[in-house]
Amino acid sequence: MQYHSPASFEDAVGIAASADGTTRFLAGGTDVLVQLRADVFTPDVLIDVKNIEGVKDIVCEDGGWRIGAAVSGAEMSENAELARQWPGLVEAMDLIGSTQVQGRATLVGNLCNGSPAADSVPAMFAADVSANITGPNGERRVAVSEIPVGPGKTSLEKGEVITALHIPQRGDNAADAYLRFIPRTEMDIAVVGCAVNLRLDGDTISEARVSLGAVAPKVLLVDEAAQAIIGTSLDENALNALAAAASAACNPINDKRGTIKFRTHVAGVLARRAAKIAYDRVRASK
Amino acid sequence: MALDDKKNGEFKVVGTRPNRPDGVDKVTGRARFGADVSAPGMLHAAIVRSPHAHAKILKIDTSRAMASKDVKAVVTRADFAEGLEGDDLNVLENVMAGEKALYDGHAVAAVAATSPLAARDAAKLIDVTYEILPHVTDVDKAMAKDAPVIREGAADKSVPPGLHPNVVRYHESGHGDVEEGFAQADLVIEDSFVTEAAHQGYIEPHACLAQLDADGKGEVWCCTQGHFNVQKICAKLVGTDASQIRVTASEIGGGFGGKTAVFIEPVALALSRKTNRPVKLVMSRAEVFRATGPTASTSMDIKIGMTSDGKITAGQGTFRLQGGAFPGAPMEFTAMCAFAPYNLENVFQVGYDVMSNRPKQAAYRAPGSPMAAFAVESVIDELCSQLGLDPIEVRLMNASKEGTKASYGPRFDRIGLVETLEAAKAHPHYSAPLAEGLGRGVSCGFWFNHGGETAVTLALSEDGTAALSVGTPDIGGSRASMCQMVAEELGIPYEKIRTTVADTATLGYNEVSHGSRVTYASGLAAINASRDAVEKLCGRAAAKWGIDPEAVYWDSGYAKPSGPNAGDFEPLALADITKNMGATGGPIVGHFEATPEGAGVSFATHIVDARVDKETGKTSVERYTVVQDAGKAIHPTYVEGQYQGGAAQGIGWALNEEYIYGEDGRLQNANFLDYRIPVASDLPMIDTVIVEVPNPGHPYGVRGVGETSICPPLAAIANAVSGAAGVRLKQLPMSPPRILEALDVQANG
Amino acid sequence: MSMIHVSTTINGDEAEFLCDPRETLLDVLRDKLALTGAKEGCGTGDCGACSVTVDGRLVCSCLVLGAEAQGKSITTVEGIAEGESLHPLQEKFIEYAALQCGICTPGILVATKALLEKNPDPTETEVRYWLAGNLCRCTGYDKIIRAVMDTAADLRKAS
Repeated sequence: MQYHSPASFEDAVGIAASADGTTRFLAGGTDVLVQLRADVFTPDVLIDVKNIEGVKDIVCEDGGWRIGAAVSGAEMSENAELARQWPGLVEAMDLIGSTQVQGRATLVGNLCNGSPAADSVPAMFAADVSANITGPNGERRVAVSEIPVGPGKTSLEKGEVITALHIPQRGDNAADAYLRFIPRTEMDIAVVGCAVNLRLDGDTISEARVSLGAVAPKVLLVDEAAQAIIGTSLDENALNALAAAASAACNPINDKRGTIKFRTHVAGVLARRAAKIAYDRVRASK
Repeated sequence: MALDDKKNGEFKVVGTRPNRPDGVDKVTGRARFGADVSAPGMLHAAIVRSPHAHAKILKIDTSRAMASKDVKAVVTRADFAEGLEGDDLNVLENVMAGEKALYDGHAVAAVAATSPLAARDAAKLIDVTYEILPHVTDVDKAMAKDAPVIREGAADKSVPPGLHPNVVRYHESGHGDVEEGFAQADLVIEDSFVTEAAHQGYIEPHACLAQLDADGKGEVWCCTQGHFNVQKICAKLVGTDASQIRVTASEIGGGFGGKTAVFIEPVALALSRKTNRPVKLVMSRAEVFRATGPTASTSMDIKIGMTSDGKITAGQGTFRLQGGAFPGAPMEFTAMCAFAPYNLENVFQVGYDVMSNRPKQAAYRAPGSPMAAFAVESVIDELCSQLGLDPIEVRLMNASKEGTKASYGPRFDRIGLVETLEAAKAHPHYSAPLAEGLGRGVSCGFWFNHGGETAVTLALSEDGTAALSVGTPDIGGSRASMCQMVAEELGIPYEKIRTTVADTATLGYNEVSHGSRVTYASGLAAINASRDAVEKLCGRAAAKWGIDPEAVYWDSGYAKPSGPNAGDFEPLALADITKNMGATGGPIVGHFEATPEGAGVSFATHIVDARVDKETGKTSVERYTVVQDAGKAIHPTYVEGQYQGGAAQGIGWALNEEYIYGEDGRLQNANFLDYRIPVASDLPMIDTVIVEVPNPGHPYGVRGVGETSICPPLAAIANAVSGAAGVRLKQLPMSPPRILEALDVQANG
Repeated sequence: MSMIHVSTTINGDEAEFLCDPRETLLDVLRDKLALTGAKEGCGTGDCGACSVTVDGRLVCSCLVLGAEAQGKSITTVEGIAEGESLHPLQEKFIEYAALQCGICTPGILVATKALLEKNPDPTETEVRYWLAGNLCRCTGYDKIIRAVMDTAADLRKAS
């Protein structure tokens, strides 16, 4: 394995595009190095992006936020304004791994690992986060929901790298929430994850996005679940319809972490609970 | 050596809480554990392991690995001793597979190379050709008629005819007539229970550094609960004399029974012999899970009868234990412990030791007992619940006492079960109001405790200080308690004594640190060795004073004439005698070499409050109290630590820890991510009550404390969870999907 | 395979080493620099026994490459005590018997020191969640949590 630590994304892309064999980009390394040590996957070329200018940025931009590719979970949690505007997204990131992992793990890495159980990804789907991608054929910007395509797989082309993520403008009367189910209180991979992002008009939900993790080969954006609560004030009927729609969207597997039946049921439970938290957050902010 | 009654209540050092002697080393990172040493010219080893649960090994091709300049040697089964039999052959077979790989992770070859990375790379270049065989990993399936046979002829003579060859040992015990007992009962409950294998989960993987020369002389440094056992086994497996191998026990990063077995030291020795260089071998975490012993998994049937006022009229249990690909699952302990807390006229228990394609089970803290308690105490809880009786009152009514004929045969000596139950009943936890959504569970637990071969020496120094050498690795702070007992006897300050875990060349044979035996047996040995030294000190004083040695006694660090008739002499302090001991007869050393037989059995009662989220099946343990008889707590803080640690491990086993095998017979969760031991945020503070009912078999009354603490938690938590969920949980771990499933079955049939 | 030359600072001392690109910071500390205080309990970031700080940030050294240490400042358990005096956390861990076998202790001390520097007055729950990535199999955490809480109280009084 070769290790490179380029000073620009241009150089990084150049190394990746011309690499013999497999390539991985290294930001926090909390997935890449685990795979290396466990002999799951050893790339031929490892490109550390942390010495590139701007990768540690958390900046307000166009009313929203630009999060650099190497910003760690701990750095996000420490940004009080970001956490105030996007509590669900910041908490989702914060739930990943231990304090030690938070010192390294990144949003971009969580996305590019391609796990359907990644905690931050449903929250990014719900928040409608987009990614800046640079590669041999130039730059492009795509919705994060376009990036995962299956377990461990993304839509990024060879040589492409995500340079930053853009979180949209928060706007008024809006909030998000993320919940996951794990058997312990910490340190587990989500058995089910659910993010809800809402905007209210008075007491009525005017906009909603609901996303589920770990219940299908990739993270889902569940429009039926969103439609179940739009136009409602999250009454019991709306919550029941939300839970039913969330459960109906599940297409999970039986594995060591959970059963199909369990995941399908708990997806509905979490959708209800996350929606209530988001809803209460909006009302509390008024 | 029996209980020394005059000692009771007069202790000066015993019962206090001094700082442990190895504390500074442990908090500064200087303490040297198994993987923390190096030797000049050292090679690094890696083991090649079977990816198959059951397979014939057709060919091992080492040519690609040996082609690397970094690779210095490869060993396979051919590099180990031939002609071993019985248990020795079983150990070798587990250390390095012969004709068949018997489980996922079974060692089939090993390589030594110039760096850890080179060794790991080389292991991937060893090509093993397998013929895959049918496998079985479940205990009930392994006993079924059509189950694949792990190994023909492994059963011993105890097994009744007609059982599957995978049933390799059989046990039955009991007394009275259970059918008559059930006929006297007002309510009889019969139910079945299942527990999964749990791993000891020590944080330090197995590690060793070994050198074996062509003349058969060797050195081993390793993390183990018993270095004398390592010496004995290594000598047999590599074919040399035990006395030619010197084994030093490193600091040990947790064992809990799992480091009583030998896995890697003979492999490192064999590689060293082949390369004439020291070889370091360190397991990865995945190797620890795949190839070292978890506990046995079980399938159990329990039947208990009770009168309407709470008297147990009969108890019966069948215990099937799966112990991996070798005989040895502790089913007789499971059977014998099951009903031990209760004074029963009619009791009968049966055990089966069943082989399967899993790693050989290893001891785990009171091996076999926690599962039995889970099954029996769950049924007692259900009886109490259905009859409307208080669970502690019922246990008190039926409790074993001094003189009770134990369910496993002998009559109990002085025991402390009633005292733990009374203390639990009086504890504020038991009477605290139970909040909505919580369940409260209670359980008793029992463990035998053990003595075992023990040798120590106590060497006095010229300056009046003392060095105790013990042969039992310190797995929980025992060097502190040893120093306390010596200080108590010699009458010198705790700080003036140093206890060292000596290597195998220094002392006589010591059994491994298991069976909660160290504070009991090595402690008894330290006391005896101190008294031996005191006798010699008194002798020197007598010689100096020109009086009979019998006319001198030892009091609080001084030799004194025993009375006016003995003469009038200034008392001599220990240091006054040792400062010129070379001229008065030579070094003063106290000894003890024997096999103490008086380890007192011990009992515990636990109380736990648990909350169950009925929408997700998730359990949280909200309050936990351990009440246990320690006999005499030498260092109460470390006794509390044992209670808390056992409870925490029990919580993990009860709720989330399990070995998960796929259809392919491969272990699916060989890491700490998916083998879920409790983390700090999972647990409440764990309250402890130390009950002291002295053990008549120890001069200070000590009973072992390390193991009994894991016996009640599985049942206590199951009883709390069943109460909170409103449905009886009969399978461990009580993971969220299992709890939801039980609720679903209850609601929808 | 070509080795990478790395210059770094460890416990205040300048250090240089050559490492394979695949070697982790933990491998380097233990095998190249003889700093064996950090332990490998899992190699996958699940146990915390290898905890160190890199530029003040708590990490698992098994999830950092040796090559990434270039130009960084690293603190290990060996750097916690000052001269002859133990850090108050070290003193308190001994006094409270907040360790039994001691294998997790270096990682827990590094992690709790980082916590108290960030949050001098943590609640019990905050301590428990901060330490969730530091597995201890011996103690049930009770005495560890008490030792941390009591050290924090002492340090607040002293400051």
